[in-house]
Amino acid sequence: MSIDIETARRVAKLARIRVDAEALPALASEFSAILGFIEQLNEVDVEGVEPMTSVTPMRLKRRADVVTDGEQQAAVLANAPDAREGFFAVPKVVE
Amino acid sequence: MTDTRKLTIATARDLLRKGEVTSAELTETYIKAIDAAGALNAFVHKTPEIARAQAAAADARLKAGDAPDMCGIPLGIKDLFATKGVPSQAASGILAGFKPEYESTVTSQLFADGAVMLGKLNMDEFAMGSANESSVYGPAVNPWRANDSDAALTPGGSSGGSAAAVAADLCLAATGTDTGGSIRQPAAFTGTTGIKPTYGRVSRWGIIAYASSLDQAGPMTKDVRDAAIMLKAMSGVDAKDSTSADIAVPDFEAALTGDIRGKTIGIPREYRIEGLSPEIQKLWDDGIAMLKDAGAKVVDISLPHTKYALPAYYVIAPAEASSNLARYDGVRFGHRAQLSAGDGINEMYEKTRAEGFGPEVQRRIMVGTYVLSAGFYDAYYNRARRVRTLVKRDFEMAFADGVDAILTPATPSSAFALGKESADPVEAYLNDVFTITVNLAGLPGVSLPAGQDSKGLPLGLQLIGKPWEEGELLNIAYSLERSVGFVAKPARWW
Repeated sequence: MSIDIETARRVAKLARIRVDAEALPALASEFSAILGFIEQLNEVDVEGVEPMTSVTPMRLKRRADVVTDGEQQAAVLANAPDAREGFFAVPKVVE
Repeated sequence: MTDTRKLTIATARDLLRKGEVTSAELTETYIKAIDAAGALNAFVHKTPEIARAQAAAADARLKAGDAPDMCGIPLGIKDLFATKGVPSQAASGILAGFKPEYESTVTSQLFADGAVMLGKLNMDEFAMGSANESSVYGPAVNPWRANDSDAALTPGGSSGGSAAAVAADLCLAATGTDTGGSIRQPAAFTGTTGIKPTYGRVSRWGIIAYASSLDQAGPMTKDVRDAAIMLKAMSGVDAKDSTSADIAVPDFEAALTGDIRGKTIGIPREYRIEGLSPEIQKLWDDGIAMLKDAGAKVVDISLPHTKYALPAYYVIAPAEASSNLARYDGVRFGHRAQLSAGDGINEMYEKTRAEGFGPEVQRRIMVGTYVLSAGFYDAYYNRARRVRTLVKRDFEMAFADGVDAILTPATPSSAFALGKESADPVEAYLNDVFTITVNLAGLPGVSLPAGQDSKGLPLGLQLIGKPWEEGELLNIAYSLERSVGFVAKPARWW
């Protein structure tokens, strides 16, 4: 399947990665090569085969719904590029 | 006194317990060796102060007679493991400056046993790659060189720094992680031993995630015995990782009897891929002969879906990566791009991620985004997960037919020159063609050095085992290791 420039632009947007317009054709052609390779999967008869959810057949573990941790505001914010007054600071989200 | 740089974990453990060497002495030797090996670019964050403090504590424990196997053993830690207060950035620009407030379960367990951390090791960015060339630190360099050549070779990836450090005797052993072959391929390229354990054997908590259903940590060591010792120390159920299995951890070292009489080894015909080099073919044939000589029965088997493992992987791994790496957005940790006046939060995300991620990581995130996007989810992602079920079933049928382990080459070639990784992504992905099935099926796989090619470079063989049977797998590897008698070391040039 061939990926056009518009699709590459849309995927970059969905992935939240800025791609310059002049880089889109090369990206589209790389995607096409990779997806062309992936197309081989269409040769496999998967009728009636369950998609794998867990490689080990075990039930996902559960724990009691209780607070086990907390009171770590300083540690949580320690690596933030911008933290103010105990919060993560980001550009305006809502106009 | 013995050359402390030639020690294995097992020999160092014995000397430490007998008081013939101290961890402090060992640690100084390795700190010096690391400082003199900058040309290998294996250690990217050195931690000599931590190492000295841990060594002193280990010596005190040893003196008091409390000496777990790893007590006082100097290790290198792959940059993918979160280490408290020490840079942990998965070789990515987007995690520049990140110092975790927590310790990964694997390193916690190793340190609780008294192990010593010399520093953080180079790798491919977010463990994506097979040549260590996608690292923000620049590539690690293989200590091995081809005969009569000064060309820098790749140590493989993504645990390339780990493999280079162990091969060059810059540490006694190192941690690695393996999502599609990232322990076994670099082990093969550097003449070292690496095991990817059964999925769920080792906690993934605190290991920066690439593809969660495939990632598994393991040891990279100088020989099979050390792999057994260190794997035991790394293993075990962890409440912080819901996919870690609540299964007893056996004494893997005790399983190393070297007796493999009566074992059945499968040789999968689908791994005789077109264009397999005669040298790799001969290595494989020699390995088969050695296992027969040791009393094993060798049978041909078929794993019919092998061909589809690589394309399935390149749907599933990017899909999971696109989800896992969504958290790197410039808000909570790491890099945030400079914003222009009027930029909102979307511009912040897009600029941060464009600046912070290298090209291979961006490519995989976007491929993953595409295969998960509306309209393609079933055609790509669900189909790949169905094919994954079939890949696993192939192995289950082979084991049900009485096969105890499977022997294959570890890589399609010996280490190649840095800068020679194919610019064609699909061709570059072929490096993992022999290893990737094992991750899809969640099985344990070990790579051990089994010979050298005409250029004098090491080549590895891979043994694949039954789930949770790492002990038996390592015992077969141990038998093969003794038959091979691989003792070559890279000539020191760095």
